[in-house]
Amino acid sequence: MENAKKKSLIKSLKYAIFFVLLFAALVIIDVKNPSYSMIITVLKKGTVYALIAVSMNILNGFTGLFSLGQAGFMLLGAYTYAVLTMTNEAREAVYYLSGYSVTFTLPWYVGLILAGAVAAFFAFLIGLPVLKLKSDYLAIATLGFAEILRAFSQWAKLEKITNGSIQLRDYPTFSKSSLLEGTVFENASLTPYVLIVSLCLLLIVLMINSTYGRAFKAIRDDEIAAEAMGINLAHHKRLSFITSSFFAGIGGALLAIYQSSITASQFKSSTTYEILLIVVIGGIGSITGSVLASYLYIACSEWWLRGLDSGSFLGLNLPNVFRSGFRMVVFSVIIMVIVLFFRKGIMGERELNLDRVGWFFTKILPSLFKKKNKAESGKEAVK
Amino acid sequence: MESILAYLLAGISYGGQLALIAIGYTMVYGILRLINFAHSDVFMVAGLFVIYLQTAVGFYVAIPAAIILTVVLAFSIEKLAYKPLRSAPRMSVMISAIGVSYLIQNVAMYITGGLPKVYPDIPLFTESVEIFGASTKRVTLLTPVLVIVLVVALVLLINKTKIGMAMRASSVDFETARLMGIKINNVISMTFIIGAVLAAIGSMLYFSNYNSISPTSGAMPGLKAFVAAVFGGIGSIPGAVVGAFIIGICENLLKMVGLTEFSDAFTFALLIFILVVKPTGLFGEKQYDKV
Repeated sequence: MENAKKKSLIKSLKYAIFFVLLFAALVIIDVKNPSYSMIITVLKKGTVYALIAVSMNILNGFTGLFSLGQAGFMLLGAYTYAVLTMTNEAREAVYYLSGYSVTFTLPWYVGLILAGAVAAFFAFLIGLPVLKLKSDYLAIATLGFAEILRAFSQWAKLEKITNGSIQLRDYPTFSKSSLLEGTVFENASLTPYVLIVSLCLLLIVLMINSTYGRAFKAIRDDEIAAEAMGINLAHHKRLSFITSSFFAGIGGALLAIYQSSITASQFKSSTTYEILLIVVIGGIGSITGSVLASYLYIACSEWWLRGLDSGSFLGLNLPNVFRSGFRMVVFSVIIMVIVLFFRKGIMGERELNLDRVGWFFTKILPSLFKKKNKAESGKEAVK
Repeated sequence: MESILAYLLAGISYGGQLALIAIGYTMVYGILRLINFAHSDVFMVAGLFVIYLQTAVGFYVAIPAAIILTVVLAFSIEKLAYKPLRSAPRMSVMISAIGVSYLIQNVAMYITGGLPKVYPDIPLFTESVEIFGASTKRVTLLTPVLVIVLVVALVLLINKTKIGMAMRASSVDFETARLMGIKINNVISMTFIIGAVLAAIGSMLYFSNYNSISPTSGAMPGLKAFVAAVFGGIGSIPGAVVGAFIIGICENLLKMVGLTEFSDAFTFALLIFILVVKPTGLFGEKQYDKV
């Protein structure tokens, strides 16, 4: 008994050290690289997508509710944040056509929390009718709601709040923070994203490992059996839907911060599909899988496969084949291969296991290439 | 008065075009219980086929050739992306369908360069005619007639022929139909082929009216056609047609009263209303879940 306790303590200590090191590595990367460099851009966007993908995974992977409404909740979060945190001077310029009716300005952190809260509130309302539906009907109904939300945000009568279909910009972002001026962290633009997203992910992990999380998994595996075991289906489905939307809302707000301008037209159903595919690549039902897949997806689409769009890739120079759009074709082919042949994705339903990672680095990699620097670059990819 | 008539005519013709897409959804759903997300992209690609073929070989060859190519496309999608997952959970197949849709859109984006392509004038469709003082394209009047002819032919096919009987049997009970010696793969292929032919014809009517195609222009009519299929009762062909006409007419009446932004939202509100009030749709049969 004593021994088991000790073991679990050592295990959690190991994970804690791992994540602290990971965080330290990210902060060092952040301080060493200018904010416009490719690696910072990729890590920032990847971090934001990681939260959104995990929020979708709560529903689709852990509760087995196939929902396609993510873009709608992201839109709510992004708009709530942008509308409420803009200063009145900025509003003069942004709402130049219609004038504005929201005249108060909230600090960014309140805006961020409200972004989640508004999305969660709408999820509660939408969930009342929609969560009674089964599998594919649920998918279509949530997709429909996301479209309705988008239509509302572009409605001329709400112009004074949402600015119609014109973009919103000049709300506070992390790059202009004056708090850290003069310190080493002066141009740290990635760290705030990492901090916020880690906090959210920690909350999600705690929830998944609680009795609620176990109830979600029971519903996913067999709804009728779960109900027979005394799990209140309606209550838990609603809870899962609201939690997922809350974090999707925060993710949407972070996306707005990252992009520094948003329009309603970018939150189409194709955004939801993109996130769904990230979840599938990572493994439906794995949090670390979703996080990993987000970074991989963003790194590929923004960085590593860029050459496919601009003429030369891996030393091949074929401007006729490698022209604009080819990257996405290659990408969707890879996705189809994963969907058809590696249905479990990168992680399946497993989570990151440090013992296996350690075994991989100490036993497998050195025997493959006896070079230390290769192992280093492999570590980057795992993160 | 004339304007009401114009909106009504536009609604009927739009509804007819949706109906042709909706049949493809409803038939596939009836047999495979799969929302074929790629169907709307097949519809879009059919339009692109016409554009590219028309510049190469002219109209009279382009139209039948486009229909054949669309059929080949739908057939290969079924064989490559859905057949390997036949025993997988329904969610996997649906994800595969979304993946195919993503792939087709990206390929179309690559080939067209992302710019909207102008749909050629098909003289038979785009000449303008006058009816009761409201002037409109001929396609507006032609669509409902063509839809009714095609639907009658389809209903005859399903009720009177052997393959139609096999389809009906498979949609009632997939497994038992297979045990009775029905070659289920042929039935499924046939369903996709019929869906593709109707989508190709629908795309000619639709894009003659709207003039330009971009890689995502299939998505909206596709979703609406699916709503129409659910509204009419999924699996039921007359249901899909009636649903499509109702949606087409209502949307255009909304445009008439100046709520253009909400014509899309209306469709989805209708969907959610029908799903909550009568999930089986207007003509659907009641289904029970087995433990």
